[in-house]
Amino acid sequence: MVTFILRKIASGVVVLAAISFLTYFLLYFSSANIARNILGEFASQEQVTAKELELGLDQALLPRFFAWAGHALSGDLGTSWFTSEPVARALMTRLPVTLAVVITSIICIAIIATAIGMAAAVKRGWIDKAVQGAAVIGDAIPSFVMAIILVTVFAIQLKLFPATSSISPDSGASAWVLSLTLPVLAIVINGVTSAAQQIRSAVIKQLEKDYVRTLRSRGISEREILFKHVLRSAAPAGLTVLSLQFIGMLGGVVIIEQIFALPGMGALAVQSTTMGDIPLVMGVVLYTVVIVIIVNLLVDLINGWLNPKVRVS
Amino acid sequence: MSEMEVLAEQPDVGQKGTVVRSHVIKKILKNPMGAIAVALLTIVVLMAILANVLAPFDPNFANIGKTLASPDATNLLGTDSVGRDVWSRLVFGARTTLLSAILCAVVAVGIGLPAGLIAGYYAGKFDGIANWVVNLLMALPGIIVLLTVRAAFGPSVWISMIAFGVLLSPGYFRLTRTAVQSVRNELYVDAARVAGLSDWAIIVRHIFSVVRAPIIIQTAIVCGVAISIQSGLEFLGLGDPTVATWGVMLSEGFKNVYLNPTLLFWPALAIGATIGALVLLGNAVRDALEDAEKIKPAKRGSVQALGGRTAPVRTQREAVEAGTEHHLVKVSHLGVGYPQADGSVKKVVDDVSFHVDRGEVLGIVGESGSGKSQTAFSILGLLPEAARIVGGSIQFDGKYTVAPTDDRVSQGRLSEFRGKRISYIPQEPMSNLDPAFTIGHQLVTPMVRVLGISKAEAKARALKLLDDVGIRFPEKTFKAYPHEVSGGMAQRVLIAGAISCEPDLIIADEPTTALDVTVQADVLDLIRDLQKRLNVGVILVTHNFGVVADLCDRVAVMQDGRMVEEGDVRDILRNPKDPYTQKLLGSMLEGKEPMTMLVTAGGPEDEKEEVL
Repeated sequence: MVTFILRKIASGVVVLAAISFLTYFLLYFSSANIARNILGEFASQEQVTAKELELGLDQALLPRFFAWAGHALSGDLGTSWFTSEPVARALMTRLPVTLAVVITSIICIAIIATAIGMAAAVKRGWIDKAVQGAAVIGDAIPSFVMAIILVTVFAIQLKLFPATSSISPDSGASAWVLSLTLPVLAIVINGVTSAAQQIRSAVIKQLEKDYVRTLRSRGISEREILFKHVLRSAAPAGLTVLSLQFIGMLGGVVIIEQIFALPGMGALAVQSTTMGDIPLVMGVVLYTVVIVIIVNLLVDLINGWLNPKVRVS
Repeated sequence: MSEMEVLAEQPDVGQKGTVVRSHVIKKILKNPMGAIAVALLTIVVLMAILANVLAPFDPNFANIGKTLASPDATNLLGTDSVGRDVWSRLVFGARTTLLSAILCAVVAVGIGLPAGLIAGYYAGKFDGIANWVVNLLMALPGIIVLLTVRAAFGPSVWISMIAFGVLLSPGYFRLTRTAVQSVRNELYVDAARVAGLSDWAIIVRHIFSVVRAPIIIQTAIVCGVAISIQSGLEFLGLGDPTVATWGVMLSEGFKNVYLNPTLLFWPALAIGATIGALVLLGNAVRDALEDAEKIKPAKRGSVQALGGRTAPVRTQREAVEAGTEHHLVKVSHLGVGYPQADGSVKKVVDDVSFHVDRGEVLGIVGESGSGKSQTAFSILGLLPEAARIVGGSIQFDGKYTVAPTDDRVSQGRLSEFRGKRISYIPQEPMSNLDPAFTIGHQLVTPMVRVLGISKAEAKARALKLLDDVGIRFPEKTFKAYPHEVSGGMAQRVLIAGAISCEPDLIIADEPTTALDVTVQADVLDLIRDLQKRLNVGVILVTHNFGVVADLCDRVAVMQDGRMVEEGDVRDILRNPKDPYTQKLLGSMLEGKEPMTMLVTAGGPEDEKEEVL
């Protein structure tokens, strides 16, 4: 088990290094006019050259990357080129908002999709048809379009929720709940039906397994078979879908945050990439990939716990 | 659907029915959802192609004097905040949207398909590297990457879509790779290779036809996701501001949501309808290829009429047939059928009658598809969902478990007996144990539930049972997971489970077929010993007359769902009356097991076997 975790972490580190380099490599080409952009139109050529030296823009790709990587390894992600705010601090104030949105959404999706998916698999009939129909709508409307619809109807027309929010880690719980309801709803509506469909087919697949018939023959109740045996065996498939949705959400939430003016990572991502603020972009990418790696590791661990075969090997 | 799920989605890949032919297109159009999808997409495509004709204005032409206007004769859908014509922008937006979706899909297919073909066909190092890259790409959140790409290359829709195509290529890669791997080792591909066809010719001729359909489905989904992402980027204001797109229109509408919310409506509708049409199209293609035959549940009455056999209508439903109360199980004129798409019923068990007494072993012999397992599962009440009782009745210990008018086995009536007085030994030991629970757990739970004893008591009994069925280290096996024991051991565990609640009747479905020959004899000995010791009735389903001769008191021979002969085992072995029994025995005595259908009597064999 320990070697299993270590191997996963090691492969995560490799992925992280590869993505960091790839991102840095891409951004390298965009940094041509950056010093001029920072200083503004009226700065003299000398000032621009001095700024370029200060930011290390005169150096080649590899030395620059390794300088950045060395600092990053020691926990120093640098400071934003434009606002001079330390990148780590900027990210730490934004991260809670983004994580609150995506984690609440994924938990809601997990619970609702499991309930609906299982009901559709076991009862079939109209529930099943309704899930299939709803899945088309869920798939057809991107989460940001759904967010726009929700804002227009519930915030602007009905005035039930704030259209824009200015929460911070210090805001009270009610402010968070009010601010996050619509964004989470938009993401959940988009994701829940397709997750339910995947869980439905995983449950049906398990219900057709031989061991379910044998359990029935042993006098075990249908409910116990479903909740103890079938759900457990169908869980890995569901987890895979949920983890992929989670990764997708980290991207999709960027637009959602813009719509609701949520002060999360998304705004930072848009702002830093449009301006070419390389330390900040690198910070956003790094944090995102680390979250993805942690999620994948968690999924692997839960799958190992659920499936003794994986656990042993 | 998020972009990540496209990567996870694995449309079923197989050989059957995956070749796209004209009849598939017809089927798609016949499906109302498919027809709607095609119609919507046609409209969008026409809008894109004929944009210059359909749009009265240039998409960027701004009439400053007429901003946020309501629809009128000049501006069909009104104007936006700088006086641009909404209809013209919508039409030109369709062009950008479609082109970017196509670009994205082309890039994704262009990378994913060849890479998947090579990785699947040649495997080896390329496969390893490609898989690593795929896992890397799948760990990337799409929009973050696209933002980075934009930072590097500037605000171009096309570059974004190329990058997004790369991000989505793993979906095609995995799809193709899986398909190719499953086909590569097929005999006909081997044959093609032996015949001297080049690898390329094999790929084109045999493998391409297999992956074509899943790729069409995947492409529909990918285009939808591309449209959603592209609009999202445009909405963020990260696109080219000079190009009219639906995303920009949304963004523009959102800015003026307090002034004129209808500006949001048209682009949102366009995006939703286009992606929805693509999703529906994908579903329609899948349905058409799956050849989904909707099975209509048929009532027993209609089934009998179609079956051409009328069972005597009984007035007293629950009354037990006179003079049969002493039998442990009595099956009378049982019929089991499966409703077909055309409304008819395929009978797999037809007019089967027999009985079993306490302490007696009845063998049911027949080939695959003879209906012997279906008969056994009817007694257990474990027929597949689609199965219907089309005639007859079953009594257990004098009580009906299938009454003469039932069209399905009543689970309520059977739950009184199943696991308590009727138990089951399955054919395939490994697949009949839940891999997620220890053997001990799977033995203990039924005893706790059925006998109402404590867990500790049940554990003591389970250990004793494991010892009884000849397992040498009961403690160790008790703690083991199913994958940690051999097939023979697993079958002993299942036998222990079957006798754990002291049943009166054990139904054993080919209990030795899946085992090694050396283990088979041991397991048969075990069943015989237990049967004698516990004095239970046994119904032994088998295709093997050797097993029958070894264990059974009486035997029933089945063929094509009908019972051809029934009687004392010695009489039938010595003096078989029915020609089919003679043939079965004849093939046995030559020391061979029947491998093929001996007597074909209509109906495709494989269909029946699917049911078993």
